[in-house]
Amino acid sequence: MSRVTEVQVGLASCGIAAGAEPVFHFLAKNLASQKVRVKPVGCLGMCFSEPLVAVVTADGERFVYGPVDVKKAERILEEHVRGGTPVEDLLAKENGFFAKQVRIVLENCGEIDPTSIEEYMARGGYEALRRVLREMTPQEVIEEITKSGLRGRGGAGFPTGTKWSFAAKEKDPVKFVVCNADEGDPGAFMDRSVLEGDPHRVIEGMIIAGYAIGASEGIVYVRAEYPLAVKRVRQAIADAEARGFLGRNILGSSFSFRISIKEGAGAFVCGEETALIASVEGKRGMPRRRPPYPAQSGLWGHPTVINNVETLANVPWIIRHGWEAFARYGTEKSKGTKVFALAGKVRHSGLVEIPMGLTLGELVLEVGGGIPGGRKFKAVQIGGPSGGCLPASLAHVPVDYESLKEHGAIMGSGGLIVMDEDTCMVEVARFFLDFTQKESCGKCTFCRVGTKRMLEILTRIVEGKGTPEDLDVLLDLGQKVKNYSLCGLGQTAPNPVLTTLRYFREEYEAHVRDKRCPAKVCRSLLTYSIEPELCRDCKLCTKACPVGAIVQGSGKFQVIQEEKCIRCGRCREVCPFGAVSVR
Amino acid sequence: MSTKKSRTVTKRSWFKEFKRFPRHESSVIPLLQLVQEREGYVPPDVVRAISRYTGVPEAQICGVATFYAQFRFQPRGKHVIRLCQGTACHVQGADAILEHLKEKLSVEEGGTTEDGLFTLEVVRCLGCCSLAPVMMIDEHTYGRLTRRAVDKVLAEYRKEEK
Repeated sequence: MSRVTEVQVGLASCGIAAGAEPVFHFLAKNLASQKVRVKPVGCLGMCFSEPLVAVVTADGERFVYGPVDVKKAERILEEHVRGGTPVEDLLAKENGFFAKQVRIVLENCGEIDPTSIEEYMARGGYEALRRVLREMTPQEVIEEITKSGLRGRGGAGFPTGTKWSFAAKEKDPVKFVVCNADEGDPGAFMDRSVLEGDPHRVIEGMIIAGYAIGASEGIVYVRAEYPLAVKRVRQAIADAEARGFLGRNILGSSFSFRISIKEGAGAFVCGEETALIASVEGKRGMPRRRPPYPAQSGLWGHPTVINNVETLANVPWIIRHGWEAFARYGTEKSKGTKVFALAGKVRHSGLVEIPMGLTLGELVLEVGGGIPGGRKFKAVQIGGPSGGCLPASLAHVPVDYESLKEHGAIMGSGGLIVMDEDTCMVEVARFFLDFTQKESCGKCTFCRVGTKRMLEILTRIVEGKGTPEDLDVLLDLGQKVKNYSLCGLGQTAPNPVLTTLRYFREEYEAHVRDKRCPAKVCRSLLTYSIEPELCRDCKLCTKACPVGAIVQGSGKFQVIQEEKCIRCGRCREVCPFGAVSVR
Repeated sequence: MSTKKSRTVTKRSWFKEFKRFPRHESSVIPLLQLVQEREGYVPPDVVRAISRYTGVPEAQICGVATFYAQFRFQPRGKHVIRLCQGTACHVQGADAILEHLKEKLSVEEGGTTEDGLFTLEVVRCLGCCSLAPVMMIDEHTYGRLTRRAVDKVLAEYRKEEK
């Protein structure tokens, strides 16, 4: 066994939340005197086994342990680090999690210390910048990116090279590059993980973008709810400045570029380009009409290129490896990879990067490891609240911009929520619409009022007060909101409703016709009762009931009084005999 | 942070703190963020100070402040509970946790407990989806919540207080 040289602990936000800090301190304290380095790293991707610890040996082998607590860390320390034998039973079980992944954006994430510019450079960091400044003209950089086929990873999929060439054509001496890190989709954490785990990659991408379009100023627009990401980016900027990658005359060239941070104040609509610009300018984040496109007239009227975190993170890789290497992955029109945040009812929730064109089924069942608890795979919500719900029967659909759009969803920024048979599609549609409705800025009538009326109808349906006509109104209104809204928020807000209506109409009908919720989620449509033959009269449910709806039956069993029951389900949770049934 | 005691500050001393920002419209949001970080909320009289400093009308600043979810206009409790209602948390049963928190604390969303110890807020996605359901109390994140786990955490904070 070769000697252990390094121990890595995943200290991204979710690692910390899972309890990685005590593990890190324990290891750091106990290894301080030895020739083993203990370092914090970003997200390792395997969120399902957090906290994670990776042990690296002198010949480069890497063992990932998880979930690890202090007690298990002690064993890893004794047996593996000191003893030289891997602790087999504590290794994180990846079960095919990595087999189909291709890591471009995430190549360093979870393996390098994000606070160390040296580690980033040791892995080829800032080489792309060097090459660009020494050997390439801005025009050549744009051509390289255009040929690679890179498209915007924020959702809409606009070709990045084309966007850059629009801005490059403008004669204005003042131009801006904005990194859109306003990751507001509920259920998405790709951008946060990249910024926390490999911030320099995004910085390098921004500098290259600045060189390509002729900008001298960059702004990272990041959510204030991501304090760790803000901290990491701030440090990365300072370190890059100290090394001369940022500032005046970068690497002795005539190109100067600086980057500042703007913290977003919490508005989903600010992910939209023109709303983001308004927000940076200090106004309400409301979108405006396009054209003119921001690449022509953006921030304070100057040409502005706005790229998503993941888009920019791809740039240094493409320059270093060439456009052909990038274009090898993916489908005809969607090149490269896409990072997804897998969550919901899936065994391997975590951060994954897959080549475009992998099917939804491969993504959920192989990379994601399938559904836990022996439940059935029902649907995926792809693209966040602007995306759509695709049923399990579409598992053969490849993940690329065009195929997803064809089926009513969008690529989106990469949130992917898996749902099983216990998820009610009507209720999920209501949930997403509730989100977009609240986040609508109010500028366009259909988005402001239309979504409100749609939400009222959906609320009525889940409460059991819906009528069959409601479904037609939903369809009609949904189409109108899509057609008559100015920005992406309104144009996509009805997607979850329209796709669930398209693929799960029978569930809607069960709600409005039979007043029944097939997934047993919608409270108003449920009836709880106790099976007398299963009840052992332990009265745990009676004690748990918050409204005193459970009383002694005519014999040795308890009875739920339906008129008092508030359907909170607590009796069902506490019953040790499974005697409480729900219909 | 929000736990700090609110100070009575005059306009002049706010101006001192504002100094590192340009006197320009683009400073409105960063200034509101600075004030909230110091005070825990945005007091009405500070809006006037920001207006004088940036030259942006007070009405417009109020418009901006109320547009963004981040800004609050009431002081908060000593500890702020932020329960995640993102998609992943939602499908993992965050609703039941919200109900439970409301009941345990006898407050509605956005409310502060009578003893001023907790403010209950609902947020959209803390980005820890794999630990759903999740809540944050101040800077600490608690994942894989159950009703019982919530009780335990709340009890710890209450104990600390005594």
